[in-house]
Amino acid sequence: MSKPVVATTSLAGCFGCHMSLLDIDEKILDLIELVEFNKSPIDDIKEFTKPCDIGLIEGGVCNSENAHVLKDFRKNCKILVSVGECAIMGGLPALRNGIPVKECIAEAYLGVPSVENNKEGILPNDDELPMITDRVYPCHEVVKIDYYLPGCPPRAELIWEAVAALVTGNEMKLPYEVVKFD
Amino acid sequence: MGKSVKSICEEYNNDATRLMDILLEIQCKNGHIPDEAIEEVAKTLNISKVDVIQTLSFYHFFTRDNIGDYTVYLNNSAVADMMGRADVAEAFEKEAGCKFESLSEDGKIGLYSTSCIGMSDQEPAAIINGKVFTKLDPYKVKDLVLDMKAGKTIDEMVEKYGDGHNASDLVKSMVFNNIRKKGPVLFSDYETGTSLKKVTGMTPDEVVGIVKDSYLRGRGGAGFPVGLKWDFCRRTQSEETYLMCNADEGEPGTFKERVLLTEKPKLVFEGMAVAGYALDAKQGILYLRYEYKYLKNYLESVLNEMREANLLGKNILGKEGFDFDIRIQFGAGAYVCGEETALIESCEGKRGEPRNRPPFPVQKGYMDEPTVVNNVESLCSVVRIIEKGADWFTMMGSRESAGTKLLSISGDCKYQGVYEIEWGMRIRDIIEMVGAEDVKAIQVGGPSGTLISPRDFKRTICFEDLPTGGSMIIIGHNRNLLRDIVLNFTEFFIEESCGSCTVCRANTVILKDKLLKIMSGKAGKEEIDELKNWTKFNKMANRCGLGQTAANPILTSIENFREEYEKHVKMDEDFDTGFDLASAVEESCDYVGRKPNL
Ligand SMILES: Cc1cc2nc3c(=O)[nH]c(=O)nc-3n(C[C@H](O)[C@H](O)[C@H](O)COP(=O)(O)O)c2cc1C
Ligand code: SF4
Ligand code: SF4
Repeated sequence: MSKPVVATTSLAGCFGCHMSLLDIDEKILDLIELVEFNKSPIDDIKEFTKPCDIGLIEGGVCNSENAHVLKDFRKNCKILVSVGECAIMGGLPALRNGIPVKECIAEAYLGVPSVENNKEGILPNDDELPMITDRVYPCHEVVKIDYYLPGCPPRAELIWEAVAALVTGNEMKLPYEVVKFD
Repeated sequence: MGKSVKSICEEYNNDATRLMDILLEIQCKNGHIPDEAIEEVAKTLNISKVDVIQTLSFYHFFTRDNIGDYTVYLNNSAVADMMGRADVAEAFEKEAGCKFESLSEDGKIGLYSTSCIGMSDQEPAAIINGKVFTKLDPYKVKDLVLDMKAGKTIDEMVEKYGDGHNASDLVKSMVFNNIRKKGPVLFSDYETGTSLKKVTGMTPDEVVGIVKDSYLRGRGGAGFPVGLKWDFCRRTQSEETYLMCNADEGEPGTFKERVLLTEKPKLVFEGMAVAGYALDAKQGILYLRYEYKYLKNYLESVLNEMREANLLGKNILGKEGFDFDIRIQFGAGAYVCGEETALIESCEGKRGEPRNRPPFPVQKGYMDEPTVVNNVESLCSVVRIIEKGADWFTMMGSRESAGTKLLSISGDCKYQGVYEIEWGMRIRDIIEMVGAEDVKAIQVGGPSGTLISPRDFKRTICFEDLPTGGSMIIIGHNRNLLRDIVLNFTEFFIEESCGSCTVCRANTVILKDKLLKIMSGKAGKEEIDELKNWTKFNKMANRCGLGQTAANPILTSIENFREEYEKHVKMDEDFDTGFDLASAVEESCDYVGRKPNL
């Protein structure tokens, strides 16, 4: 049997969830015995090269690029997992959700004290740039998400247990300490 | 204000458990309950201000703001919608010059919506200053608002009276009884006092025994055997016992209690007295929904008449020590108060929040004493069982459902009204009886019951097949089931939840959002089952029947009318979140000055 294929991505997140994944230390060696990585910052594969079994998503959706990547993941992965608060609820980036996006852009490019030389009031609008969404969306509001791994970030063992459970089909052990939020 | 707050409190012995009555009087006299009155009530009753406010804020018909010299409460039940509520509402808004849920500029007319007011056989209907106005249409609305502007009294605005006692001097209401079928238990001739006379010659245990032998089951919905409940109550040792008659009748589409109380009030009160004898209770309370307040003077006079005939009061019918009297407790607009423990809380002057059970009311109810709560129809049946015997009763009906049942039938049929039938009647025969054609669905038992399709028309009305507290809404072929019925009912539960349990408070809203998404055409085909999955939580994790059944409209419509859902979902997609990138980036692109490239 060929190894299950895993893809990962970081959308509107801080890369902390990926760091947590790497935190499994030497178990990462066990992990690559168990699964094969495809599109992921871990191996720097930029585009899907084959259909995947599991997609791990860090971060929510704050711009059009995030939305495209997420939809791409949905298309290419059998199972999608929202990993961490940002993916599940929008997390820290979603703090801007109560503020109109116009005000956020104005603050970032015009108002903030570190902006000194923008006398013409230029706002980034090149076609190459991702377009900012009106608010930060949790992943499940953009595509269907199959599982959620809570935490900020979820602990390394939790991610490991979850992937192992998905791969082996065994039930996952979820002791209270692993999912408590305080 | 006419009477002072102090004297109103005085009338109720400054008893904080009578807070409902006190607030009702202030609201009634004053049009609303001003802050000074709240303070004064708190001071006089020696309770805190928030104690007053928490009760006040719970009930729909208590208001702290002025709601007009003329206050229109227009029913927004599914049946009202089916019968043309939208046009009536529009006419009210046009004539009064204000939107619903607000007050006209001159403060004269207030327009508000309210849950089912028990007039489903004569919708659209509204309560205006305590009087019921039925069968409204835009022309009648125009006249009504003209009358309001001319300053007519509410009694002058009622032009024609209804049938039976509705036309009596003490009622003077335009409501009709619409009694379509009289059965042998509730609507056959009966000489008041016969059963009461009979029980005075028996021991309380003998009375309970007869009711047990009759297999009479509660008519309020749950169907608990009446005799057994009485037996449990008698087994609780206590000084005081209370008997309550539940006339809250809040289940949309039900109006049978209204008819019984209008035409057979003596049967109801005698039933309470018989129960009082069997339970050794000295006091009975009729918990009557605010919507039926127009019956107050009439019912009070019937009570007086019965007291004069010694059918109530001390040493009833000469039986030494048989003392029993009845007071009427009005609600103030809350469906959940029909739940027996919420009803008890309300009678004690509190918010109508259901209690945890156990202890059950028969162990610890009103004032922490053993209490039996029975439905109006249950108690009426008791009287006839005592008169004619348990065998007479069990000869009627089906195996597990003895006797007759009073149905309130409304919706798309020729003869809306109440029907006393024997349990076990087939749905198909009921359809024929009420003159309905082209029936698409029937809501049996109100929103908390079941939405059945023609596949089930061979089934029968009884506890062992299709149980009902009495509401049957016939739905014709031209109706949009999801919008007209399922959504309306789900919103009803959201509105009426007392809010104590998270699942009842939150999941019902989640269910509504998911339903709306499906109705908007944005959902994929898997989402029907997903929605159905979410209905499970309501059954699992709620304290009372309201939350437990709040998902039934969605659940039973998915089970019996899946095609109605499939019509809306995208069958070629499993799931669609409804996310629309174009509209999500519109604002930012507009602001930075670029054309979205999607
Ligand atoms: C939300 C809710 C509303 C209810 N409303 C009523 C009602 O209006 N009238 C009624 O008799 N029972 C109602 N019930 C049922 C009562 O809790 C109780 O079972 C009934 O009054 C007992 O009387 P019975 O045994 O004679 O039927 C309601 C229950 C729930 C959960
Ligand atoms: S969940 Fe926490 S760790 Fe993960 S991306 Fe968000 S902020 Fe970073
Ligand atoms: S289920 Fe709903 S109505 Fe019943 S107690 Fe809980 S919150 Fe209140």
